[in-house]
Amino acid sequence: MAGCITTKNLSATFGDIRAIEGISIEITANKVTALIGPSGCGKSTFLRCINRMHELVPGARTSGEIIWDGRDIYAPEVDATEVRRGIGMVFQRPNPFPLMSIADNVSAGLRLAGMRKNKAGIDEAVERSLKLAALWDEVKNKLDKPGGSLSGGQQQRLCIARALAVEPDIILMDEPCSALDPASTQKIEDTMDQLKDNYTIVIVTHNMQQAARVSDFTGFLLTRETGEPGRLIEYGPTSKIFTMPDHKETENYITGRFG
Amino acid sequence: MSSINNLRDKFRDASRPARGRLGDTLFTVIAFLAAATIILIITLLVYQLFEGALPSIRAFGADFLSSSEWDPVKDIYGARVFIYGTIVSSLLALLMAVPLSLGIAIYLSQFAPRWLRSPLGFIVELLAAIPSVVYGLWGIFVLAPFLGQTIEPFFADHLGGIPIFAGPVYGVGLFAAAVVLAIMILPTISAISRESMLNVSSDQKEAAQALGATPWETVRMSVLPLARPGIIGAIILGLGRALGETMAVTMIIGNRPEISASIFAPAYTIASVIANEFAEVTAGLHMAALVELALILLVITLLLNLLARLLVQRTGSGALKRKRS
Repeated sequence: MAGCITTKNLSATFGDIRAIEGISIEITANKVTALIGPSGCGKSTFLRCINRMHELVPGARTSGEIIWDGRDIYAPEVDATEVRRGIGMVFQRPNPFPLMSIADNVSAGLRLAGMRKNKAGIDEAVERSLKLAALWDEVKNKLDKPGGSLSGGQQQRLCIARALAVEPDIILMDEPCSALDPASTQKIEDTMDQLKDNYTIVIVTHNMQQAARVSDFTGFLLTRETGEPGRLIEYGPTSKIFTMPDHKETENYITGRFG
Repeated sequence: MSSINNLRDKFRDASRPARGRLGDTLFTVIAFLAAATIILIITLLVYQLFEGALPSIRAFGADFLSSSEWDPVKDIYGARVFIYGTIVSSLLALLMAVPLSLGIAIYLSQFAPRWLRSPLGFIVELLAAIPSVVYGLWGIFVLAPFLGQTIEPFFADHLGGIPIFAGPVYGVGLFAAAVVLAIMILPTISAISRESMLNVSSDQKEAAQALGATPWETVRMSVLPLARPGIIGAIILGLGRALGETMAVTMIIGNRPEISASIFAPAYTIASVIANEFAEVTAGLHMAALVELALILLVITLLLNLLARLLVQRTGSGALKRKRS
């Protein structure tokens, strides 16, 4: 399936520092997969390997394989910008283009992909994406206002709409609610629930309740000792991870004994 | 942050009474006087210039700006030629320096490998440390002959039909002066532009990158729009420097008080005519006319600096707003 991602023995480094090592995981299409673990365990780094954002940091490297749609996205003939167009990303801090209009924010990816001329197509995609992100009703009368004029929660939903506009198979969310209030968090979780019919979602979160609420599968990452890279300790259906995990470390973490 | 400061002030007030701190009071007064000196100097400068220029202002009025006759023998003075030379040489310099500076700033802030950034940035800023008389010497002995033998004849031969490229070419002239000015304002524009590009947060770049933007598209989509006020400020500061530059321009612009269509022709600037004529002038209308020229130059540069300041300030507060939201 198009939204299926498999990593094989994936490792990532920043210069001499090993961030994650030997992560093999199969992410199921049209499901929400949550990655949990204490700070610094490499969750975000793992996420950023999936859309090849990790390599943009000077000195950052990856090894191993990531198979998306039958192709290794790290194969030499694969263009990283193409990968990022098919695998959207939402960041921890809402980062709309502050001076660009709301409509232009949403269509930014389409215009990058060369859809500049097709005005009707762009308008349609803007409306569809904003509706999917549950933002349409709040902004439909001010589409020409700058993206920076929205509230934090609205900005984050604008970023989700921006990621959706290019119709990716997969959406990566790096702690998308950690800078938001509970009401906005609720809205984004509802949006995720709607989206998973058509998209594969991988979410990194610090909030275990959130992982339990929104995800179908959960992966637990952990750095066993300082200086060690983060490893995948356990991965499985969320209901199992949160009720009867196989590993003692997982149980200790989800019951709040550390982290 | 502010609550911590309030607390600190309260604490300080309680433990040490405000009165009796003679040292502090004295220090405050001295610092205030030092700051007030600046205002005094500027006020006096403008006043003196205005007073010195008064005879000329009375004699010629607004004609001073529009007349191009400058004749110390007949005692008739008009500034148009010099205003033209000043503005055109500076604008030509901007035309060359801005694209190059923005290229330097984009490379240094976005693409250069980390180990190359500081040395390269340092070398660019070193250009600003070269005395202008050295630029002038280089201009007259190296650049002007080079331009006069290669680039200028090429343009005059092939595009001479267009008045701005018409011959004859001398090497020395408006174009050569503009090239030297461009090199001189390059460090100003590139350094300030680089700073404002570096201030664009990595969040913004990642937003574009995650949508599949190429490096250039990332610069165009997220870096340039947010850095734009800073870049405009940098350009205006560069323009201000070009308008007032005296020594190098005087040595290379040809000092001929004429307005010609060709950029290869010699010209004359406000700063140059003041530098050239002040020594031989004694008093009277000639002196007043030179002082009025100085006043005009001061007004042009002050206005531009004010504009630049406003623009740069707006960038700063804009960045702050984004951080808070």
